[in-house]
Amino acid sequence: MNVIVCIKQVPETTEVKINPENNTLIREGVTSIINPFDMYAIEEGLRIREAKGGKVTVITMGPPQAESALRQCIALGVDEVALLSDRAFAGSDTLATSYTLSCAIKKIQDYDLIICGKQASDGDTAQVGPGIAQQLNIPFITYVKKIEDIPEDGKSIKVEKMVDDGFEVRKMFLPALITVVKEINEPRLESLRGKLGAKKAQIPVWTSADMEMDTQRLGLDGSPTQVIKIFTPPPRNSGEIYEGDTDKTVNKLFEELRENKIV
Amino acid sequence: MDYLLTEEQNMIKELTAKVVQEKIIPVREELDRKGEFPADIIKAIAAADLCRVYIPEEYEGMGGGCLDICLVVEELSKGCAGVAVTYAASSLGAFPILIAGSEEQKKKYLPLIASGEKLAAFGLTEPNAGSDAGAIETTAKLEGNEWVLNGTKVFITNGGEADIYVIIVMTNKEKGARGASAIIVEKGTPGFSFGKEEDKMGIRCSSTRELIFDNCRVPKENLLGREGTGFIITMSNFDHSRPGIGAQALGIADGALSEAVKYACERVQFGKPISSFQAIQHKIADIALQVEAARALIYAVAKMIDSGKQKSFSKESAMAKVFPSDMAMKVTIEALQVLGGYGYMRDYPMEKYVRDAKITQIYEGTNEIQRNVIGLELIKENKRKKK
Repeated sequence: MNVIVCIKQVPETTEVKINPENNTLIREGVTSIINPFDMYAIEEGLRIREAKGGKVTVITMGPPQAESALRQCIALGVDEVALLSDRAFAGSDTLATSYTLSCAIKKIQDYDLIICGKQASDGDTAQVGPGIAQQLNIPFITYVKKIEDIPEDGKSIKVEKMVDDGFEVRKMFLPALITVVKEINEPRLESLRGKLGAKKAQIPVWTSADMEMDTQRLGLDGSPTQVIKIFTPPPRNSGEIYEGDTDKTVNKLFEELRENKIV
Repeated sequence: MDYLLTEEQNMIKELTAKVVQEKIIPVREELDRKGEFPADIIKAIAAADLCRVYIPEEYEGMGGGCLDICLVVEELSKGCAGVAVTYAASSLGAFPILIAGSEEQKKKYLPLIASGEKLAAFGLTEPNAGSDAGAIETTAKLEGNEWVLNGTKVFITNGGEADIYVIIVMTNKEKGARGASAIIVEKGTPGFSFGKEEDKMGIRCSSTRELIFDNCRVPKENLLGREGTGFIITMSNFDHSRPGIGAQALGIADGALSEAVKYACERVQFGKPISSFQAIQHKIADIALQVEAARALIYAVAKMIDSGKQKSFSKESAMAKVFPSDMAMKVTIEALQVLGGYGYMRDYPMEKYVRDAKITQIYEGTNEIQRNVIGLELIKENKRKKK
């Protein structure tokens, strides 16, 4: 079973600040980490390898400094990594990103399962995983909370997919792609031997010239999404609480709802 | 302060701190309350390769030494000293094998301890033999190709949880201290069972149990070193391990200091954070002074031991245990005072730091015995000068 995990390096913060002048994220002084949801994807890949054999390859598209995220993956125990880095990739939206990642996956060729985190903590789109599957023309299931079974023949996978009011059990043929939620596992920590190995590891960097790709579909040129404005939403006013006699407060609430044409 | 650690040692510190943050802090209060053995945490420590740090590379270790153990123990103790002693006690069981073991014994046991697959333990203390270790009554008699052990050990850290035990027994009572030997006993050996599990003031998640030997037979090859070297092995073992207890005390004290500073900056009284009051500033400054002094001493002694340049280091090793443990007892109480009433409540980790600190003055040789060691060494040194 060969697994490919796609990851993203994101700013380590829950309070992303936005520069109002150019609508971009303020990244200065914020350290970068592997997108937390991708940690579950890496862990699941490692667990599949431990149970079924094969190898785990991690790829990421990003600037040269994304190399440190891949070193962390090696410290965690993945077998191979590749950094997709090229100025031509800059400004990619989710479409261009999934196209670029799918080209790298085609270059790797030999895979049974692709795993992505359900979404990145900075962009929050949850589009890249399904986008990759679409580009590769393979089936996918999003929001997987458990892999129930991968039969011995390695031809299919049965998973539990989170839905609003519970979960669905679904099965699909391999090769396929899943995106995973945090309920799926508890990611391991790096090991000392892994960290020492990661320090010495050579990180292969693939540019657009290293992959078979249509340069028109890369970076800004290949990105139909245009960000017109990013802003921090104004804080919502706190609601009003009606207190006192139940009949009176209920009547008051109804009047208010009627006046505002809600009922 | 930068102690000029190697890159690998910095990695060890960082990695241990991560284990503490993610695996220990979320559960320490519950483990302490229930007195529950931290099996999952020990697995995580092992998976991070931290049990390998002091084992030579040829036995699946990372080839470090005393300082590397101290770094792990210090960081773990910031989170939970009960976890830290579980880790450290395994090294106390491993060191006799490192010091006196044959090549076969080393090959058989050290890789298992390095991977964390098995924990080790060291059994010396008995109901009638604490500080007076020469008074041990557990015996081993050679019958054919087997040692037959009889007796009871008490207060054994990792008792019941460890798989590999190094037991100090009398093999020749007439010879007194020179009649003691060290023997390896594996868990599951017929005649070897576990007795009372102690309910302790602190380090509550660690296991402290009685070991009972009732005609327990182990192969002749399980003897460590030569017959009659049990006390030499014990003393050498403690010389190597005492800075680790110092590191445990250091971690407890430093953990308490961090909590005190954090609280002082957040707690507002009289309209200001209490950290703005000189009474609090002086308190935390005094704690920090003593914590840093202890760290400097422990690291210096550990580096000296690892350098291999000094053959005998009982005095320095005792110093690296006494000063930090007395310091930890003193400063954790002061750090608790910074938190006032909240410090006394179990909702905060402070009272646990205080309870955990106490044991470091007692075990692996009471601080009184350590002072004897230091005093006697000073007298010996003086005699040598006169000559």
